[in-house]
Amino acid sequence: MRILVNGDWRETAGSDLASVLRELGYADAVVATALNGEFVAVAARARAHLTEGDRVEVLAPMQGG
Amino acid sequence: MLRLYDTEIRSRLLLGTSRYPSPALLTQAIQAARCEVVTVSLRRESSGERAGQGFWSIIRSLPVRVLPNTAGCHSVKEAVTTAHMAREVFNTSWIKLEVIGEDDTLQPDVFGLVEAARILIGEGFQVFPYMTEDLVVAERLLAAGCRVLMPWGAPIGSGRGLNNLFGLAALRAHFPDVPLVIDAGIGVPSHAAQALEMGFDAVLINTAVAEARHPAQMAGAFAQAVEAGWTARQAGPMTPRDMATPSTPVIGQAFLR
Repeated sequence: MRILVNGDWRETAGSDLASVLRELGYADAVVATALNGEFVAVAARARAHLTEGDRVEVLAPMQGG
Repeated sequence: MLRLYDTEIRSRLLLGTSRYPSPALLTQAIQAARCEVVTVSLRRESSGERAGQGFWSIIRSLPVRVLPNTAGCHSVKEAVTTAHMAREVFNTSWIKLEVIGEDDTLQPDVFGLVEAARILIGEGFQVFPYMTEDLVVAERLLAAGCRVLMPWGAPIGSGRGLNNLFGLAALRAHFPDVPLVIDAGIGVPSHAAQALEMGFDAVLINTAVAEARHPAQMAGAFAQAVEAGWTARQAGPMTPRDMATPSTPVIGQAFLR
């Protein structure tokens, strides 16, 4: 399945957000996620099912003013 | 002590963490500023570089509280969603709410700001709204439940100081009991001292420190200026006059002509 992760198309085997994050190497990272523009909390990632073309955002702490 | 919602802090200098030449210089600047609050943001994380993880481990090692921002958000929805994400990642209900309305000046969209503030306060956030010095906007934000306001001094990153002294003085006078933090536009320590002398409770500085030739030295200079401005405000500044008045007594002056 192809999904957009942080603006890049990625081929993934997982069908929910938690497994896709593990697959893409974010397993132990401090990140917040959104699916198609909606926030998905850590506890809800395993229930967040993905379909072809979904947009996933994976954000981390960064410098800010 | 300065009370920001239910938190009391000693330092009236808040520091941004962006645009420093290196993580080491950022750390030195935070230490030299002796600040207790730093602003942070959320950006896309690459699973390869993991830049955000490195940054976060530096900030977590320092004795500071974080104030996450919604920088770059142009709509209420973006800002609210970013706030939700920030609350989870940073484990704080504090949010520096920015809803940008115009790209050249990064002027806040005050209509979206009030709407987003109302939503977030309803969800338990403690909102620090980045606003213009407009009195009516301030009223609306307070009515929405904001207990701290962050008026701009000048456009973000411009270093132009306090652009509208009259408007800022009016804001201070209208809301004597609301913590007011000058956010954005401060370029040199004298601007910060001026803000505190005018009665503002604190200043948030980023570019002026980060882009200084020696960021830690400049952070220290800002700490001194904020301390001087605050102390001067407590001491009660004199009232300016239009004409000279001799400071040396006239009575008793010798007649030597």
